[in-house]
Amino acid sequence: MTGSKTGIHRETRMTRYLTTTALALSMIGGAAMAEPVKVGMITTLSGGGASLGIDTRDGFMLAVEEAGNPELEVVIEDDQQKPEIAVQLSDKMIQSEDVDVLTGIVWSNLAMAVVPGATRQGKFYLSTNAAPSQLAGKGCHENYFSVSYQNDNLHEAAGAYATNEGFGTMFIMAPNYPAGQDSLSGFKRFYEGEVASEVYTQLGQTDYAAEIAQIRDSGADGLFFFLPGGMGISFMKQWAEAGIDMPVVGPAFSFSQDILPAIGDAAIGVKNTAQWSKDIDNEANAHFVEAFEAKYDRLPSLYAAQGYDTARLLLSAMETADIADADAFREALRAADFDSVRGDFAFGPNQHPVQDIYVREVISEDGTLTNKIVATAMEDRGDAYAEECSM
Amino acid sequence: MSMLLLIEQLLNGLQSGLMLFLMAAGLTLVFGVMGLINLAHGSLYMVGAFACAGVAAATGSFWLGLAASIAAAAAAGAIVEVAVIRRLYARDHLDQVLATFALILIFSEGTRWLYGSFPLYLNVPPSLSGSVTLPGGIQYSLFRLAIIGAGLAVAVGLFLLIGKTRIGVQVRAGEADREMIAALGVDIGRLYTLVFALGAALAGMAGALVGTIQSVQVGMGEPVLILAFVVIVIGGIGSIKGALVGALLVGLTDTMGRVLLPSIFDLFMETSAATSVGAALASMAIYILMALVLIVKPGGLFGARA
Repeated sequence: MTGSKTGIHRETRMTRYLTTTALALSMIGGAAMAEPVKVGMITTLSGGGASLGIDTRDGFMLAVEEAGNPELEVVIEDDQQKPEIAVQLSDKMIQSEDVDVLTGIVWSNLAMAVVPGATRQGKFYLSTNAAPSQLAGKGCHENYFSVSYQNDNLHEAAGAYATNEGFGTMFIMAPNYPAGQDSLSGFKRFYEGEVASEVYTQLGQTDYAAEIAQIRDSGADGLFFFLPGGMGISFMKQWAEAGIDMPVVGPAFSFSQDILPAIGDAAIGVKNTAQWSKDIDNEANAHFVEAFEAKYDRLPSLYAAQGYDTARLLLSAMETADIADADAFREALRAADFDSVRGDFAFGPNQHPVQDIYVREVISEDGTLTNKIVATAMEDRGDAYAEECSM
Repeated sequence: MSMLLLIEQLLNGLQSGLMLFLMAAGLTLVFGVMGLINLAHGSLYMVGAFACAGVAAATGSFWLGLAASIAAAAAAGAIVEVAVIRRLYARDHLDQVLATFALILIFSEGTRWLYGSFPLYLNVPPSLSGSVTLPGGIQYSLFRLAIIGAGLAVAVGLFLLIGKTRIGVQVRAGEADREMIAALGVDIGRLYTLVFALGAALAGMAGALVGTIQSVQVGMGEPVLILAFVVIVIGGIGSIKGALVGALLVGLTDTMGRVLLPSIFDLFMETSAATSVGAALASMAIYILMALVLIVKPGGLFGARA
């Protein structure tokens, strides 16, 4: 153990020498060029949650390659969906790779482990997905931007949709962990009917027979659930098998393009809320969907769109400001002067998006399952925590 | 809660218990007969699920997929036994844990390399889809009913195999004294490969059946592996009967805990807090059960070595 540790130290020192030498040499070059921007992407590329990270990375890198900006360098590492690994990676990227911007984390618990430390050390963090309430309210930071949403948004939109549709009673369900609890409270914030029953499942649970029996027994008008990743696949297959005639609504995570093929026809007709869909009608989005499909031979998911927008935001800031001048660069990010694939996009006072959130329906299009927008759940929605943020 | 709902939940507990039994049976046999801790048992479960999904997608037949899952898991088990596991019998448990943990990583990344990171599609065959009405008016999924039937059939088959056949006699003898049966002219190496492949086949079958109603993805085996270890600790290491009783206890405790605990807390707490506390306690229920069993019977319910 000790041996390898000193080995790392020596390596770090070597890297520093080299970096210093390189910097000195670049000064001799001495042109008034803008400083290159080095981005450290920490995302999940192995394990059960890998499909989310892979889509994030592919969306991000698509925008980087399209821009072809030689001043932008990206380092990508796999966090294995483990907070301790994510922290190690961010330390390494900040200390020895000397990155300017961090991005890419999919999971809120990993974001909580990495973001506060990174922003405190003066690095920018642009979130491609995770946006826990703690970082939107009291824990907001001038160097932290969420390009995706605030975690509660999609659940709030589902609540608003259930109210609009006139569902009198709803059965609501989420895993028993912080994001699951936020999900149910987000839903209830905009749902005006009566909650028939509130159920917390275990995180990583795969069998939902017991819950499905309870849902059938409850006789509610509708079901709201938040079960990301494999949990959602399992639930939807078992739900379809049970043959219960009850409308289902949930956030987009369980019906995202990366997992729809695994659920199969069981997903058809389900309503889900998202701030992006591949059929949003604008030029940037049409181009993105076409280019992504051409390059990777699959349809982009929500995560890919968020990755793409994040890279484009960063590139737009690089156009107008130099990373060496952090204040100017921050202002350039705040301006959000890029054509988002979502259409209208702006940052609120806590640097979280203010955007429309849609209701999508799962449809079968030429034999491929995908989503289609059927309604707008909320317009220009910011988030519930912006007031607590003093920046 | 109505009586019907309660009976439906008991069926759910029975179904999840029987699937756990398929996993635990192989694990406990390998542990009992060869004295080997095999962490890679969950990977064989995953191999079964992926083989089933792959073959079902290619041929359009779930049944061919199911046959392929058993064959692929048995073959993977036999290959791993001959190539790796065989070298571990004489080593201590720490070496076994390390080597089989490495196997988990190899299987997971190998599967990702072959199939990619995105979950696969595998669905219930049309002949078993939908639900049936049981006597008393209970609506129950036909496929889950079939899983219960398959689990019971395997349990009976396994008891006959171990109790009534020549191979079964050798397995039991090997468990009691491996030098002696080698001295009596039984090819112990072949017997071990056979037992390992049998355990792997059962795990593969469980993976295919459970993967059909859940999701087929890399890493699906490890959560089940933990439960299977709980089962064999409760049942007593090396005992098939113990594995069956332990699996049913774990399946029923887990299901009923998830259903009943939140409503019990609801009687004297505010609903929101009750669901949260009840769910938290339900996730601990099987471990509390395990602790209680170990306090009363330190060797497990049917453990040979108490």
